[in-house]
Amino acid sequence: MGVTDNTTGRIRGYAARPAVVLLAFALGYLLVDLAAKLAGISVDPLGVHVLGGYVRVSSVVKYLFNGLILGLIIGLAGVGLSMTYSILSFANFAHGDYLTVGAFSGWAASYVVALFTLGLAEPFGEIFLLNVPSVVSIATSPAAVVVGLIVAATASVALVLLLDRLVYKPMRGRGGIPLLIASIGVALALRYTIVFVWSTNTRGVTAVGVESLPAYTLYVVDGSYSINLHEFTMIVAAVALMIGVHVLLQFTKLGKAMRAMADNKALAQVTGIPTERVIRATWIIGGGLAGMAGFLIILKRGVLSYNFGWRLLLFIFSGVILGGIGSVYGAIGGGIIIGIASRMALIWIPSGFARVAAFSVMILVLLFRPAGLFGGVTTA
Amino acid sequence: MSVGGRLWQAVPPVIREHDTRLIVAILVVVSITYMLLGGLQAYLASESNLLNAMVNSMRFILLTAIAYALLTLALNLHWGYTGLFNIGIAGFMAVGAYATYILAAPPGGRPAPGLGLPVPVAILGGMVAAAIVGGIVALPALQLDADYFAIVTVGFSEIVRLSIQDSTFSGTVQDPNLDTYNVVNLFGAEFGTGGGRGIQAPIGPPTDVLFEGTTAVGQPLIDLGASYGIGQPVVTGMTYVVFLGILVLPAYYVVSQRLGNSPFGRVLKAIREDETVAQSLGKDTRWFKIKVFMLGAAMMGLAGILWRGRAGYINPQSFRPLITFYVFTALIIGGAGSNTGSVIGAIAFTSLLLNGPRRVAGVIDSAAGGLPSPSNFYVALSSLDPAMYAGYLVSEISALKFIFVGIVIVWLMQNRPEGMLGHRKEIASSIDLSERPETESGGGVAATDGGVSDE
Amino acid sequence: MSEPDGAGAGVDTAPVETNVPDDVEVDSDAGDSPIEEEVKEVPPGLPLRVQNLRKRFGGITAVDGASFEVEEGSLTGLIGPNGAGKSTTFNCITGLHEPDGGTVLFEGEDITGLNPYDVATGGLVRTFQIARELEEMTVLENLMLAPQGQKGETLTTAVTPGLRGRVKTDEEAIREEVWRTLELFEIDHLAEEHAGNLSGGQRKLLEMARAIMTDPTVLLLDEPFAGVNPTLEEKLLDRIHTLSDRGYTFLLVEHDMDLIMEHCEHIIVMHQGDVLAEGTAADIRGNEQVVDAYLGEDI
Repeated sequence: MGVTDNTTGRIRGYAARPAVVLLAFALGYLLVDLAAKLAGISVDPLGVHVLGGYVRVSSVVKYLFNGLILGLIIGLAGVGLSMTYSILSFANFAHGDYLTVGAFSGWAASYVVALFTLGLAEPFGEIFLLNVPSVVSIATSPAAVVVGLIVAATASVALVLLLDRLVYKPMRGRGGIPLLIASIGVALALRYTIVFVWSTNTRGVTAVGVESLPAYTLYVVDGSYSINLHEFTMIVAAVALMIGVHVLLQFTKLGKAMRAMADNKALAQVTGIPTERVIRATWIIGGGLAGMAGFLIILKRGVLSYNFGWRLLLFIFSGVILGGIGSVYGAIGGGIIIGIASRMALIWIPSGFARVAAFSVMILVLLFRPAGLFGGVTTA
Repeated sequence: MSVGGRLWQAVPPVIREHDTRLIVAILVVVSITYMLLGGLQAYLASESNLLNAMVNSMRFILLTAIAYALLTLALNLHWGYTGLFNIGIAGFMAVGAYATYILAAPPGGRPAPGLGLPVPVAILGGMVAAAIVGGIVALPALQLDADYFAIVTVGFSEIVRLSIQDSTFSGTVQDPNLDTYNVVNLFGAEFGTGGGRGIQAPIGPPTDVLFEGTTAVGQPLIDLGASYGIGQPVVTGMTYVVFLGILVLPAYYVVSQRLGNSPFGRVLKAIREDETVAQSLGKDTRWFKIKVFMLGAAMMGLAGILWRGRAGYINPQSFRPLITFYVFTALIIGGAGSNTGSVIGAIAFTSLLLNGPRRVAGVIDSAAGGLPSPSNFYVALSSLDPAMYAGYLVSEISALKFIFVGIVIVWLMQNRPEGMLGHRKEIASSIDLSERPETESGGGVAATDGGVSDE
Repeated sequence: MSEPDGAGAGVDTAPVETNVPDDVEVDSDAGDSPIEEEVKEVPPGLPLRVQNLRKRFGGITAVDGASFEVEEGSLTGLIGPNGAGKSTTFNCITGLHEPDGGTVLFEGEDITGLNPYDVATGGLVRTFQIARELEEMTVLENLMLAPQGQKGETLTTAVTPGLRGRVKTDEEAIREEVWRTLELFEIDHLAEEHAGNLSGGQRKLLEMARAIMTDPTVLLLDEPFAGVNPTLEEKLLDRIHTLSDRGYTFLLVEHDMDLIMEHCEHIIVMHQGDVLAEGTAADIRGNEQVVDAYLGEDI
């Protein structure tokens, strides 16, 4: 930050400043442009389009809401990634696949419950393998969703603990890169174990239609935006889980120890290698949240495929980096920002590039504010 | 490891202690094995043209092995020598190949128009494009830790992938009057990426020149093949593989070796070991990193052109991100930091992990005269029938292969992080350093150590 | 970072070798302590001058306005209790840390805040408190790495077939120098060993030998005797004196007061980020402030 009286002609420290100014300028321009677009004003002096245009208020509201929903999931999943990154000092490339595992196990359980509660006629195998499309709805089979969420958490916790025992524990203290590579191996093995059981088919799992899935329509200035019961459930569950994490970290002894270790690397070093107890707790919380995030995002999206977690992983990394690695609240905040930014970007750029925008932001943050947007100043 | 150790000791020292001979010997073994496997499978399936199947099987494995060897050598420059953890390999391949195809595709061509430049110019352009992009991607490496840089390269690779598959720049709608017009116009040069539909250009194996018309070389080869029942596509394909094997791979290898065994390579090694030390000795490590990254990226780009781009058509699927992890696995098997290890790792990976399971499953399937094919996991599991289990395993061999690759990666990182070949001594210098100048202490020429001791 | 790489570097470092006498007349107190030297033809100058150096980490001020000078050809010691800011001062001089204020002048040039490689290229080379050898490289490779501006250090000369001969000739000359240096430090029997296999003391020797191979004018040694057994310590000291006699300038940070008192001509005492006292061993011994700072530690 610019608090030091830097009298020396050093480039290093200054290089970040014009970039920050530029970024602020770009953001400012986008805001003005958005305001102009919403007002329907277009500024084209001498025939050159400078800013403005037209965008429906309802579209913006829709983008904002979708972004928030995506962001909550990214944030939820990011908590675990951020904590393991900080405490175990490696970027876990298998984290996205924890979401996939959570989703598949959770939805399989959900389907099995629905088989009984809804009295379906299909054989158990077809149900378990999720080959029957669009079965579960929270309106018709709430128990299925609740059980699914619990199984998603349990299964992913069991999985990450097993993985820690088999893969990561023997490699403690081996440095970030060997662990990172091992996690890539874990990611591959997990993803294709799922393929081995459930195949590469993409399938719809949530019930569709107004009867089984009620929606509330919000009327905004020039249109409407509807949010269905599953989206609503997802938001409530995600927020509840975040509050749960907050309570756990703030008010339990274990949580305080974890937070201290995750937040402050130096402190972690002073107190020595984190104890196995803290590591285990980190995996349990991180893995459980990842599994539930995986289950919940499918609740919203409705379709499930074997590689959705891997595809989300870079988003999750973006959120974690944006929020500052090691910060639990940063991961949540960063995830929400990335989610919203990637949807709001659609106002300006084609949909195929929304992710490009998100990843570019991530790279820029890594370059200019490696401690994250909310983070302090890092020294080397 | 005692079995492997004994096997290794069984290799005659003439081959074992000579890197190029070792590589050639392994290629020969792999070729013969695959010829036999291919022949066996064709025989079991009662195909009439055994020799064609055998040669084709060999052609395929050699092409894949060489392609991965090129990529692994390039990655070795980045990661093995310099410690730059690049997991955006597929991205650099795509940049090189796409730039080449856009430069070479005919103006007004379908699905996307290009600039219509001569193919050699286009290939050079593709390499330059990959190098430039590499230089830009390397900038974050100047200040980021290896794991952060890894995330940057993945991000880059995704950005490339998303950009080429999007329709915004695809050039597939070439009528300017349409709303969906999406040809890129850069200072009058009109082109497109083809989006999901891919892009076509008059690019083919350079060895195809030999077979145009009735040439002195090509026709006899085709005739020779025909007399043994080997079809023309297999003959031309095999010729291209030979070209890659005797020209391109050695060129990559020699460049990598020279680079490694030079003062430049020494600085790279020092950067990998401890960049602060290199800097404290007055090395401007930034330029070393940028240069080597550009070179490696260009090599990845060229490999992308020669391998995925050899048939005149590419699409986003040609550069799946998985390739990146395959190349990594190959390098880890061979041992990062060693060029010979890179090549051997690539051959081992492609022949044992990437294609081996599929080949073996094919043979088993044919041998068993058609195993039962359960429709899904549950059907197979609940049948309690070993034949059904086998059938399911064989039919799901591609998924199993990935699981196996994942397990191998983890196992290697836990047990053999230095690679299957162990620590290889490759001294970074153009001269023999152990050669001691004449001094009063009378050292003379010190005996040079031949590497692995032979008991 | 997207700096114009290398652009600023050349400007600062190019004239260094020739401008030694520039600042000789600037400092009147240069000739205080007589230095016995035979190799030097230029009158003793002040190659390294640190003025009002300041460095903060967060809320902690590590270096707080330290100023001192190092005479050409001298063996200068920098001592102080733990946390006095010695290592930070070193890091600020050599570009590992960016100082928050003050200037560092090397042979008349302002090198404040230059990157480590620019500082080293100019002839100001350091070693590290915990020896940082390049583990996977052999002792020979470690030393071969050090010389500056090697012909084979560019991509083109390394790869292009026709230029290979020049690289080899250049390397052969360096190899000779390397072996001589190895013999000087008596580690020639370890030449083909991986640096990671050396003992702590051997690593210190290697590090100093490697630093010498860069052909520096001033050597900064960060606790060169830490973790070294008495025999090797003797050897290291012996080499330092040999090199000092040849005209190299040394600034060494050391924990062990007695060593510094015995071997250094000029001693700088740091305390709480500032220079507390300066002078010969006798001056320091008689300085009450120093005694207070060390709180009864035997001086």
